[in-house]
Amino acid sequence: MALKGTIEVDPMHCKGCSLCVEACPQNVIALDMEQLTPKGYHPAHLIAEGCTGCVICAIVCPDAAITVYREAKKKKTR
Amino acid sequence: MVMEKVDLNLVYKRPESLATATTHYCPGCTHGTAHRLVAEVLDEMGVREKTIGVAPVGCSVFAYDYFNHDYVEAAHGRAPAMATGIKRVRPENTVYAYQGDGDLASIGMAEIVHAAIRGENITVIFVNNAIYGMTGGQMAPTTLPGMKTTSSPNGRDVEDAGYPIRMSEMLATIDGASYVVRRSLHNPANIRKAKKAIRKAFEVQERGLGFSIVELLSSCPTNWKLTPVQALNFIEEQMVPYFPLEDFKVMPEVKAIRV
Amino acid sequence: MAKELLKGNEAFAEAAVRAGLEGFFGYPITPSTEFLEYMAKRMPSVGRAFVQAESEVAAINMVYGAACAGKRTMTATSSPGLSLMGEALSYIAGTEVPAVVANVMRGGPGLGNIAPSQGDYNQMVKGGGHGDYFPIVLAPASVQEAIDYITLAFDLADKYRSLVFVAVDGNLGQMMEPAELPPMRELPEKPPEWAAYGAKDREPNRLSSIYIDAPEEEVANVRFVKQWIEIEKNEVIYKEYDLDDAEIAVISFGVAGRVCSSAVRVAREEGIKVGLFRPITLAPFPKKEIAELSKRVRRILVVEMNSGMMLEDVKQAVAGRAPIEFYGRMGGMTPFPDEILDEIRRVDQSDEEIADGMERIEWLERLEERIERGE
Repeated sequence: MALKGTIEVDPMHCKGCSLCVEACPQNVIALDMEQLTPKGYHPAHLIAEGCTGCVICAIVCPDAAITVYREAKKKKTR
Repeated sequence: MVMEKVDLNLVYKRPESLATATTHYCPGCTHGTAHRLVAEVLDEMGVREKTIGVAPVGCSVFAYDYFNHDYVEAAHGRAPAMATGIKRVRPENTVYAYQGDGDLASIGMAEIVHAAIRGENITVIFVNNAIYGMTGGQMAPTTLPGMKTTSSPNGRDVEDAGYPIRMSEMLATIDGASYVVRRSLHNPANIRKAKKAIRKAFEVQERGLGFSIVELLSSCPTNWKLTPVQALNFIEEQMVPYFPLEDFKVMPEVKAIRV
Repeated sequence: MAKELLKGNEAFAEAAVRAGLEGFFGYPITPSTEFLEYMAKRMPSVGRAFVQAESEVAAINMVYGAACAGKRTMTATSSPGLSLMGEALSYIAGTEVPAVVANVMRGGPGLGNIAPSQGDYNQMVKGGGHGDYFPIVLAPASVQEAIDYITLAFDLADKYRSLVFVAVDGNLGQMMEPAELPPMRELPEKPPEWAAYGAKDREPNRLSSIYIDAPEEEVANVRFVKQWIEIEKNEVIYKEYDLDDAEIAVISFGVAGRVCSSAVRVAREEGIKVGLFRPITLAPFPKKEIAELSKRVRRILVVEMNSGMMLEDVKQAVAGRAPIEFYGRMGGMTPFPDEILDEIRRVDQSDEEIADGMERIEWLERLEERIERGE
């Protein structure tokens, strides 16, 4: 099963350009039409489960607005 | 009872060599991508603290605000000359010129050619989006035949304005050039390749192997009158056929570098 | 150090090296080329940077780069080359980095010729490039002065983070005279803190002449003007000869000033009470001193190798207190001492008022007669 990932989009830098929306292989990113960044853009955000932390969104992001995380392998603790 | 704990690993964050300032570039403009790749490379090589960048005149005129290292502002087209002056008196610093197509291929044509002739040990990042962005969308030396711009309103007429110049091909004929390649920023695979090339170019400088330049096919959504996504398609469909993505000059010592 | 016979351009170049020059970037142009050729040998021999650039445009931009990197740097050129440098001169001033430019003036305008002139006075004194800025301009008149003032040029450039011109003319560049070179200076250990040398343990330095918001640009412009006022107060240099009891003051700079000093000496022997005022800083111009002088003398004669450029600055300083006559040679012609002597004798006999502009008209009549006589 693919590792789960997640992203954080910095609202100060995101310009709602949609390149990440287009590039995401899992199609789990969209622009949030309900929100506006302080600069007046609709920021990108995750809209569904399925992010694998593949980093492709961050690779295409012209504003380095995306931070990407990936789950480590699950640990069992008692 | 077994409990499952989930740790998140940081996989990618904004490079340190980028300043925290928000750029003024249009949404989707690949200047930002190019900046990010340069910053990532500087981080990975650990050279941020000794890097001096030379900013052009063009959309990236404020590049000095967007990077977290020393930067100077050149007169239009003269960045390679300014970089020469800096590198000659501070050879231990990492010096790069960042230029657009007007800056490098029009007004700065003599300076880039002669920096390559002299084999200056600098790195040049050449952002080619086939148009003059900052001044509102005029024809560039790399504007495609038939492409409409504000100074070629009926499309570039090659009878009158000539054909677009292929800078990498031309610079590759110069003996003093050590590494001359063209890459593109239009999709993740090509962006990855572009980063590798940028890394190699800076390694050429780091190892004292001479003049390196990476031409990056880039988009200008605003002046091409396309959405950011459409603009990337334009690069792939229209620009790449005219400006092939190849290694035009790779000196043997440079070939040996593994990045 | 003992005096030796030193040749113009080479001596000036060596003086620059001894003053701690670390980057020379130039392009061949007569009559400044010896600078470049000397530097081509000398700079590498002391492990410093030398580049023959592809043009004067490139050369001055290399200077701009090295200046931003916090190293002493210069170029040497001649009039048409200086014109090419205009934009970068303005950038150097706007970015507030130190740089020295030696301009060996030649006949013009246009391509002109390679003979000596002083035709770039306005160009240098007014900046050479666009916008509101104020370079310092030094005008030596002997090989020793050129050595001394090139050294001073670097110190002033650093002190004020300013552009400094050294105005030489073709005569001086080719002259061989006894002179003394200063000892070799040690290079500074640390760069200036404002320079671009690598942002280690500090915030990045961003050197630019851009102030995109007009109000911010104006703040910078105010700073430039205030600094110029300081420079005017502190850095004026000139030399006086025989002015204590003079009735006539000859005002002249550079080699023309030197020719005048010969004429003044002979005129004194003839009993004419004449002296010479020789500005060495063309900018800042010795306005106050000339204003004072104009209160004491009966008549003034300005001599230049141009159509009357310093003449206008003299007129402004004199403010009508004494009549001003003019004598100029142009196009690469250097006046001889006997021409100036003729002028001094004529001026000594004259006591008419001169309406503004008539000084040139009358001079042209006399000049055309000379030209007719083949002088």
